Amino acid sequence: MASSVESSREPAGSTEHPHDDLEEIELSLLLEGVFRNYGFDFREYAPASLRRRVWRRVYAEGLSTISGLQDRLLHDPACMERLLLDLSINVTAMFRDPTFYVAFREKVVPLLRTYPFTRIWVAGCSTGEEVYSLAILLREEELYDRTRIYATDINESVLDRARSGVFPLDKMREYTQNYIKAGGTRAFSEYYLAKYDGAQFQRSLIENVVFAQHNLVSDRSFNEFQVIVCRNVMIYFDRALQDRVHRLFYESLVTFGVLGLGHKESIQFSPHEDCFEELDPSERLYRKVG
Amino acid sequence: MYELICIGASWGGLQAIGRLLSDLPDEIDPPIVFAQHRHPHTPERTLAELLQLRINRPVVDAADKMPIEPRHVYLAPPDYHLLVQRGSFALSVDERVQYARPSIDVLFESAAYAYGRSVIGIVLTGANEDGAAGLALIKRRGGVAVIQDPGDAARRTMPDAAIAATAADAILPLEEIGKFVYGLCVEPAQVRETTGA
Repeated sequence: MASSVESSREPAGSTEHPHDDLEEIELSLLLEGVFRNYGFDFREYAPASLRRRVWRRVYAEGLSTISGLQDRLLHDPACMERLLLDLSINVTAMFRDPTFYVAFREKVVPLLRTYPFTRIWVAGCSTGEEVYSLAILLREEELYDRTRIYATDINESVLDRARSGVFPLDKMREYTQNYIKAGGTRAFSEYYLAKYDGAQFQRSLIENVVFAQHNLVSDRSFNEFQVIVCRNVMIYFDRALQDRVHRLFYESLVTFGVLGLGHKESIQFSPHEDCFEELDPSERLYRKVG
Repeated sequence: MYELICIGASWGGLQAIGRLLSDLPDEIDPPIVFAQHRHPHTPERTLAELLQLRINRPVVDAADKMPIEPRHVYLAPPDYHLLVQRGSFALSVDERVQYARPSIDVLFESAAYAYGRSVIGIVLTGANEDGAAGLALIKRRGGVAVIQDPGDAARRTMPDAAIAATAADAILPLEEIGKFVYGLCVEPAQVRETTGA
């Protein structure tokens, strides 16, 4: 196996790239420090996307190493807040993946009509785009008044933004198109008022919404739900953490409750795969049966 | 031994990737990961189905945590960044990079971190500069950088940017890239055989 290629490359590799392993050490020390000092546990996040986000914060702080960032955030809680935002904000859009909402109307809404009252958990709701989208859909289906939506995120400051109900005005064209493709039955502009560069959504859309901080990594279930929606959140977790969150969702759903995931996520290979049946496989809607 | 082939393309990429893949003999083992800029609402499976018509190896849209298997061709799904970790994929919906999601830079950087010297990165035709920084990192971490000859590309901006960003191992017209990659993938084995190791 000791070909000339291998042997000539090995020493070059170890001297030319002295930072490769060092960076991994720095990253794991930073995560350890964040956990022990602030209690936020990112140690089981998917390393590839986590590394990118951490480096973005390193550069934004005007620093050049991950160790430098570690030093700053351990001594300055405001810096930790900024990193927390970087790590927890999930870029999303109202009615992102309109076909998901079409499927929700066609396949989930009829199930919800059979309940006198429905609890929906939007886990990892970030700045709330999905929460408002669901609220609009449920209002149009005349189910909103007997629904409570629990919208949770690890990060208080994104929840504040979600509560404010103000979204960038320049997004409204995209959101309107999404809304129409998602099967919206009214004029999208009925739901918001334009003011300055923001679109203020109707307060009544969140009168049945409870925004609360919840950490999927460490917190337990807090209720029983007919529907749990968690889209493009677990893609940032590694396999082991994903499995635990799947367990949390399984335990938090009523029998015949519905789980909605992102388009490129799946319960395939999760330990609870056999406890769900597919309600709409391409839209990643599953129903708890076991 | 090379363990992963990463390819990035934008404008004109569909033609180019079809040609390149059909030039790669079936016995080449390393998985191939392809990031093509496309519209967020592109009908899901079309690209995979089109490519599948031309080659024998399985072509699939990558999904979150999907294991990376030899001889497969994986496509970055529209509107997600595709990242590789050792042995499996990860997705992200982080901001667009170079106006693109999937971004070639994001894919290439993750491949450079996860696979180091065993990555071959290939930048094909395109009308923006995505891929240049990622290819430079692949090269810096000991991998191989291959760039389509700008004069041969449907749009030369992307290969030009890649050439400016890194010292490429090869700058080749499209029809020679397959042969070059084939050579990289079979030669280490031949070296081992002849040295009797």
